[in-house]
Amino acid sequence: MEKRVIFKGLWLPLLLVAPQMVITAVFFFYPAGQAIWQSLFIADPFGLKSQFVGLGNFEYLLADPFYRASFLTTAIFSISVTLVSMGVALYLALLADRLIKGSGTYRTLLIWPYAVAPAVAGVLWMFMFNTRVGVVAWYLGVLGYDWNHVLNEAEAMGLVVVASSWGRISYNFLFFLAGLQAIPRSVIEAAAIDGAHFWTRFRTIVWPLLSPVTFFLLVVNIVYAFFETFGVIHTITSGGPQQATTILVYKVYSDGFVGQDLGSSAAQSVILLGLVGLLTIIQFKFIERKVHY
Amino acid sequence: MAGMVEKRGFGHWLTHAGLIVGVLVIFFPIWLAFVASTVTQAEIVQPPMPLLPGDQFFNNYRQALVAGVNAPVAAMLMNSLIMALGIAFGKIVISLLSAFAIVYFRFPGRKLFFWLIFLTLMLPVEVRIVPTYEVIAGFGMLNSYSGLIFPLIASATATFLFRQFFMTVPDELTEAARVDGAGPMRFFWDILVPMSRTNIAALFVILFIYGWNQYLWPLLITTDPSMNTIVMGIKQMFPSGDDLADWPVIMATSILAMLPPVLVVIFMQKLFIRGLVDSEK
Repeated sequence: MEKRVIFKGLWLPLLLVAPQMVITAVFFFYPAGQAIWQSLFIADPFGLKSQFVGLGNFEYLLADPFYRASFLTTAIFSISVTLVSMGVALYLALLADRLIKGSGTYRTLLIWPYAVAPAVAGVLWMFMFNTRVGVVAWYLGVLGYDWNHVLNEAEAMGLVVVASSWGRISYNFLFFLAGLQAIPRSVIEAAAIDGAHFWTRFRTIVWPLLSPVTFFLLVVNIVYAFFETFGVIHTITSGGPQQATTILVYKVYSDGFVGQDLGSSAAQSVILLGLVGLLTIIQFKFIERKVHY
Repeated sequence: MAGMVEKRGFGHWLTHAGLIVGVLVIFFPIWLAFVASTVTQAEIVQPPMPLLPGDQFFNNYRQALVAGVNAPVAAMLMNSLIMALGIAFGKIVISLLSAFAIVYFRFPGRKLFFWLIFLTLMLPVEVRIVPTYEVIAGFGMLNSYSGLIFPLIASATATFLFRQFFMTVPDELTEAARVDGAGPMRFFWDILVPMSRTNIAALFVILFIYGWNQYLWPLLITTDPSMNTIVMGIKQMFPSGDDLADWPVIMATSILAMLPPVLVVIFMQKLFIRGLVDSEK
């Protein structure tokens, strides 16, 4: 699509795009290029000289059991966050959609946790489950369950999943409710007259018509779980215990800044870059379909 | 007819009950943080802590704002405000300008610029942290507002949004402006920007929340506690090792950290929803 009516000029448009181009070049393309470049070298521990190793960093990474474990951790974490946050959101949206009025009030009550930063959400959940002062941990203790996410890997994973899903419910609720309200009432009422009960209607009408929203949310939530949950993990577990909650983004940070292994961290960045590219392509493909839908 | 689908009577109340339980469960962590910010440290370290607010509200919040743990929280709030406003404002300005150029001019390299900007959609700052950190360090921008703001401005979402919107502006307006002898910048300021104000406002809300809630980037480049933003500063308030954390002050800080973006969402709900839907298109 192009504009028919345009302005003449050469220097003015160049001047107008200049700020964005300069910022993008300095803070985006140069660092991204550096990441690719650095991923081909190994620096000595003092950072004095570096040696070209080609794809050595990648070979080393892919053979590294910790890195492979981090892939699996990321997969489990992202899928869990996506399912939990979308499941709860869909349940609440289905309830709110049944109301003739008042769904707006519930929307207001439910959307604002979106604004709570993942890192703050992490602190809130860590406080509830803190082994020394946490209220929930204490009551679990009364019930005979000895909660300790500092030592127990499964509990640590469960806690970061719940803390990451919590604020995300708002976002998914908003989109699910909008999707549900866009389904023509007449279709659902026609089915109801034919005697279809809630579950039948949901399975045969609502769920298929909702599928564009569901696919969209699926991709967006996976991207969220991959990249925006760093704050949750850093505040609650710092990747532990024994790397049980070290997702890929966390590992780029811990290897690059804590471990000072620049070559490996850069190679990990490049692999992540490929993953983001893939997710973006899926997203765009899907969005195109949504437009046609 | 409505009765066949929407519930009345018993089912109606069941629906409300389900929603209220959901709301309460989602509220609980925040309620607990608020309670913890109004009681004494002694009440927290003797579990279980009370579930109703105490009388230390003013004490704890004053303690947090004035003294904090490493730095006064009031200073961290100010840092967050400057960062969030800087990101929102900066991104909107550069995006408006470049979208205007891309839509309303034909110039060499236009397609290239478009695709270069498009590429930035694909790479969040989390992925390129080490080299971006080196760039900032090289410019001497560690522990500075420009170091906090600039790397997060380099992204294309806003440019695309404005491009899409400009494409829907009728050509007749541009023609009329040209007939009246208005130059491109005049058209931009007097017609395009005023027409975009709802889009700008919606985007501002989303970008403000985005900027306020940044964590990893401030964590890397603000080593000086007086430059910490509030969201990343909370974690720094925990003692390393086995010492007991100052829970009431930390929880007061958590409440203060979530307050501005939450208020923005509640009071600008329409703009917020619009921005959210727009920026995902």
